[in-house]
Amino acid sequence: MSDGHINVTLKIWRQDGPNQEGGFEEFKVNVSTDASVLEMLDELNNELEQQGKRPIAFESDCREGICGTCGIVINGHPHGPLPKTATCQLHMRNFKDGETLTLEPFRAAAFPIVRDLIVDRSALDKVLQAGGFISVNTGNAPDANSIPVSKHAATLAIEAAECIGCGACVATCKNSSAMLFVGAKVSHLALLPQGQIERYERVEKMVAKMDEVGFGNCSNTYACEAECPKGVSVVNIARMNREFLKAKLLSHNVEL
Amino acid sequence: MILDSKVPEGNLAEKWTNHKFEMKLVNPANKRKFTVIIVGTGLAGASAAATLAELGYNVMSFTYHDSNRRAHSIAAQGGINATKNYQNDGDSDFRLFYDTIKGGDFRSREANVYRLAELSSNIIDQAVAQGVPFARDYGGYLDNRSFGGAQVSRTFYARGETGQQLLLGAIGAMNRQIGLGKIKLFTRREFLDLVVVEGAAKGIVVRNLLTGEIERYSAHAVILATGGYSRVFYLSTNAMNSNGTAIWRAHKRGAVFANPCYTQIHPTCLPVHGELQSKRVLMSESLRNDGRIWVPKEKGDTRHPNDIPEDERDYYLERRYPAFGNLVPRDVASRAAKERCDAGYGVNGGEAVYLDFSEAIQRLGKKAIEEKYGNLFDMYQNITGEDPYEVPMKIYPAPHYTMGGLWVDYHLMSNVPGLFVLGEANFSDHGANRLGASALMQGLADGYFIIPYTLGNYFATEKPDLVSTDTPEFDEAENNVKDTIKKLLSINGKQTVDSIHKRLGRILWDKVGMSRTAEGLKQAIEEIRQLREEFWNDVKIPGTDGEINQTLERAGRVADFLELGELMAKDALNREESCGTHFREEYQTEEGEALRRDDEYAYVAGWEFKNVGEWELHKEPLKFENVKLTQRSYK
Repeated sequence: MSDGHINVTLKIWRQDGPNQEGGFEEFKVNVSTDASVLEMLDELNNELEQQGKRPIAFESDCREGICGTCGIVINGHPHGPLPKTATCQLHMRNFKDGETLTLEPFRAAAFPIVRDLIVDRSALDKVLQAGGFISVNTGNAPDANSIPVSKHAATLAIEAAECIGCGACVATCKNSSAMLFVGAKVSHLALLPQGQIERYERVEKMVAKMDEVGFGNCSNTYACEAECPKGVSVVNIARMNREFLKAKLLSHNVEL
Repeated sequence: MILDSKVPEGNLAEKWTNHKFEMKLVNPANKRKFTVIIVGTGLAGASAAATLAELGYNVMSFTYHDSNRRAHSIAAQGGINATKNYQNDGDSDFRLFYDTIKGGDFRSREANVYRLAELSSNIIDQAVAQGVPFARDYGGYLDNRSFGGAQVSRTFYARGETGQQLLLGAIGAMNRQIGLGKIKLFTRREFLDLVVVEGAAKGIVVRNLLTGEIERYSAHAVILATGGYSRVFYLSTNAMNSNGTAIWRAHKRGAVFANPCYTQIHPTCLPVHGELQSKRVLMSESLRNDGRIWVPKEKGDTRHPNDIPEDERDYYLERRYPAFGNLVPRDVASRAAKERCDAGYGVNGGEAVYLDFSEAIQRLGKKAIEEKYGNLFDMYQNITGEDPYEVPMKIYPAPHYTMGGLWVDYHLMSNVPGLFVLGEANFSDHGANRLGASALMQGLADGYFIIPYTLGNYFATEKPDLVSTDTPEFDEAENNVKDTIKKLLSINGKQTVDSIHKRLGRILWDKVGMSRTAEGLKQAIEEIRQLREEFWNDVKIPGTDGEINQTLERAGRVADFLELGELMAKDALNREESCGTHFREEYQTEEGEALRRDDEYAYVAGWEFKNVGEWELHKEPLKFENVKLTQRSYK
């Protein structure tokens, strides 16, 4: 851990509320290279507070890259330039002295701006509420080892289940598609024997909700995988498409 | 006030089973007539919300996050204990019970701990049925690993993301009930006061974090599942928003606060790197399965760790505790690291020790290590810029978990009727030290398997009314909240909220941290009182109350921490013994281990709020009928 400092220029999106106009505000800071981007913003906010100015609104919580609360577009990349790294895990040692950092909110039609760098991502939750679960009441479960799950399936399932629900995939997609997010949940549950019963109904309900709340379609640019802080694979989108097709052929809900 | 634990009579192993029969039930058709408020959507809150809704109760669920899936349970890494004994290595409910009681240094209730062990296996069943992708072996069966304080492998895990996967399982169950209309989820709402009517909890007052509006909600009962208060130290492994406000404000409304001084300092965290640091990052305890902890044998050895030969390394845990080695409980491991560093043997003479995987990588291959701990190694490299596959990790203890919390009886109800407290927010199961992989277990046992019974019993026996939100009690609570906010915004001083929080954290870390003395604790109390004065006279909060105001949110939480911190010191001063994480330098064995004083201190310290800085102590004696009180030994 070095104790170097660098000077950077920050161009930060400021917007009071969803219906107000926004614009960039510029700040110059001298920051330790050991600090994270969010720690740099903490410090900047402390200075603004001391001057009685409104601090920059941004969200974060765990600062370990797992809760999915944080999310800033940095120099055009959701969560910044480093692959498989959430904003909170991005440290200033990845930037050069004299560099300019442009910080913007995750932009998408389904993610209205709340203030500055905060957006409303509740549309993602609506999709989960539509079917992203296995219907099992507490107390119903058989012994955990009664249904073996192949290591391969379990590995693919957790690789999909690792999605942190940050919305970077949506923010980077030119169509504001949430297919990686939804595909990850559909895959996670479809890959496990426990998820079989509701397999087709689930994908139909989730896809319908996804369309309803305003997410776009997928045009296979794979930007979502590239920007995903957990590296969730686009294979999950392909799997969701297959599941969806099969659902349309097999499910009881099919409209002929 | 008498703190009656309401532990049922009978044999330890039969208490819960018998009691489930003794408790009264609410018939299915009547369940829909009851509404319950649940604050918090972590493992305890989400599992309770889902389960109670499945039973037919109406649930109102509150979180300050934008989504129910963000609660800090999500960051739990290593695993969850259960007594499945799938490894055929001698585990049983009684063994987990015994390990937990002993790990907690004989300062928890036998009956609660046994019930926890008894329910542990059901949790794994439930989670697997929900689709939680636990690690499996090649035959498709569940895999286990070991955690501190145990000599069996009983920890179930999902990579280094067990908390995330368990939480997403519980959130899935909760989302299903949201879709069915049985749970109404209120996001971006912060609990700011409890409403007590004729002695019973009847509702809450919250602030809408988007609009600043103060809102009132009433229910037949209130459940707090709001987590722990390690953020009182400022630097901790907890999330930025984790706070003690809900339990503290309930405490000020009459709920007794138990054992506030039991705060766990986790041994394997990244060292402090600088002034701007906002939190301490945890490296899972599971790393101690394969990592070996050492410091140089030579004081102030500045050589690169890879240049220090084997015989010049002091594997101090293996040396001091040959039976448990690197898997001693957290309090023991933390204190041992502090001892070495204080004596000048830390990395470069500072506050860090090595956690070294070179031997495990040689033995198992890099790929096997990557599979087990890959995400943790990546995280380490991201933050420190060093590659732990090549260079040993540097770690140092950090505040992590709080065993203390609101006092609850066997039903998980506080002394305020109708106020239940689940998960880390209560004090119930971990005594003076929590064993690794037991927090997830407790949160889910409370939510899935205990509260559904005990809440029903409360409804069936007490038949509580639903109170209108237009009562004087709601008016009073709302005015109280509004007055506090107004006062905070009117100070307009010079210091930022964070700067005062950091100073509070420093006082607590130095004097109410891993090692405590009467003198230091008295100083801490004085310093905290002064700092509280300073806060209320000189803090600066820009903006207004009628908008998003994150500084105001933090200020309210720090205001509460400035009161809670004092109680932590007071409780630590009162407890003239060492036990678990509470280490009073005056009370130690010749070998420097914690010296308990069972004759005088085998009790739960329950503090009743009288006034700011003023409490009355109530003691709940701890009776041990099934284990023999011994000095813990991990040698």
